[in-house]
Amino acid sequence: MESFSTILAEAFGLILSGDQAVIDIILLSLRVTLTAVGLACLIGLPLGALVGAFRFPLRTAVIVTMNTMMGLPPVVVGLVVYLMLSAAGPLGPLALLYTATAMIIAQTILVTPIVAALTRQVIEDLHGEYAEQFASLGVGPVRRIRALLWDARYSLLTVALAGFGRAAAEVGAVIIVGGNINHVTRVMTTTIALETSKGNLQLALALGLVLLTIAVVVNGLVYAIRGSAARAAYA
Amino acid sequence: MHDGAPIPAREMQEDEDVPLLAARGLGFSAGGQRLIDDIDLDIRSGSRTVIMGANGTGKSLLLRLLHGLISPTEGRVLWCGGPLDKAARHEQAMVFQRPVMMRRSVAANLRFALSARGIRGAERAAREAEAIASARLEHLVNRPARVLSGGEQQRLAVARALACAPRLLFLDEPTASLDPASTHAIEQIIDNAHARGVTIVLVTHDAGQARRMGEDLIFLDAGRVVESGPIAQVLDAPQSGAARAWLGGRLFLDTSPRNQT
Repeated sequence: MESFSTILAEAFGLILSGDQAVIDIILLSLRVTLTAVGLACLIGLPLGALVGAFRFPLRTAVIVTMNTMMGLPPVVVGLVVYLMLSAAGPLGPLALLYTATAMIIAQTILVTPIVAALTRQVIEDLHGEYAEQFASLGVGPVRRIRALLWDARYSLLTVALAGFGRAAAEVGAVIIVGGNINHVTRVMTTTIALETSKGNLQLALALGLVLLTIAVVVNGLVYAIRGSAARAAYA
Repeated sequence: MHDGAPIPAREMQEDEDVPLLAARGLGFSAGGQRLIDDIDLDIRSGSRTVIMGANGTGKSLLLRLLHGLISPTEGRVLWCGGPLDKAARHEQAMVFQRPVMMRRSVAANLRFALSARGIRGAERAAREAEAIASARLEHLVNRPARVLSGGEQQRLAVARALACAPRLLFLDEPTASLDPASTHAIEQIIDNAHARGVTIVLVTHDAGQARRMGEDLIFLDAGRVVESGPIAQVLDAPQSGAARAWLGGRLFLDTSPRNQT
């Protein structure tokens, strides 16, 4: 077996060579992850804000459920989505199994509870600060939610980042519903798992390095945005 | 009511014998304790009422009950003789001891309040400009409200409340942690509002401020009104033991069950 330094050097070589297969895998990973995070934010942000800002019967049960779902096992989600999308499943006629769309669905299911639960906490804290002023002004529920989401936008970037982290690192669900088909549903994490099992460590490590770089860049950007917002007292 | 705004028809038609705001048998209990106990009071339109009392006697809670932020457990609050409904609450505004500044610019804080009251377009822009001018915050209009000094934040909070053109303004210790210059600036804004016809209900611990700002005084002790009347009369010759002790600056221990842990 080659030494780690040799494999690392070859991995860097692969990245720098601009290999089309590697680029396709990276682009598909980004498309699936960003779409899933976007959808999860569309659902999770207003859902979390509603639970955070309003009192209603069974609210505690909803919060406990949302918090519990943050730890959904990806393989279980993958299995359930597989059963729904398989030919015998209720969504079988849509023929989505082993497509990027199936992977997006599975990741959205995984990420939405994270976004909703963390949003609930952020909005509840902010609402505690604003509640009396809102009540005094007679702010209606829709305007209240919009204002809370807008004013918490920099904190919610971190929430979206947590969702991105979960989606980008996810392998169990996407490999079940995507099938890891070359040039169709092969993303970075599934490729790393496959190539490692085959002994092709250069490609696995190269993709691992890209994945880490993306995570560092996204985290850095969010940190910078939040930092400048905090200095301006908007965060 | 902002500068130049016509007096609402409801005010002109109002029966002078009916107080603008009234409490009848008002009570509030929580955790088995009576925090506000059987309060009757009348606030006349255009008056300046000061509420005083030691810490923990229920002044802020009374203000919240009168403004409808909290529902009473006993009794009721009347607005022009009728119920304190949503429309009635839109004719009131409140400034809190710690100003609530949204994470937005000074101008955006004002715009939000005006939009929430259904004021839009040119009228909103005019009221926004007027409020900024009244609070003397023209140079800070695009600054995030949360970086303003305490005095500037409170001026903005008072201007924001008045921009909504209330007939009655509640102020909960608006100058509690401000220096004399900031206190004076806030008092001037309140004075101007009162001169335009806004009814003022002010909670303060400052007897000097009470004399400057008030006409009538309500003195609370343990959630009850123990004394009320013209401000000079109550401050110069308090009749109740609680008011005498408080105004005399004497510390006293309240050993009633509600204050025992």
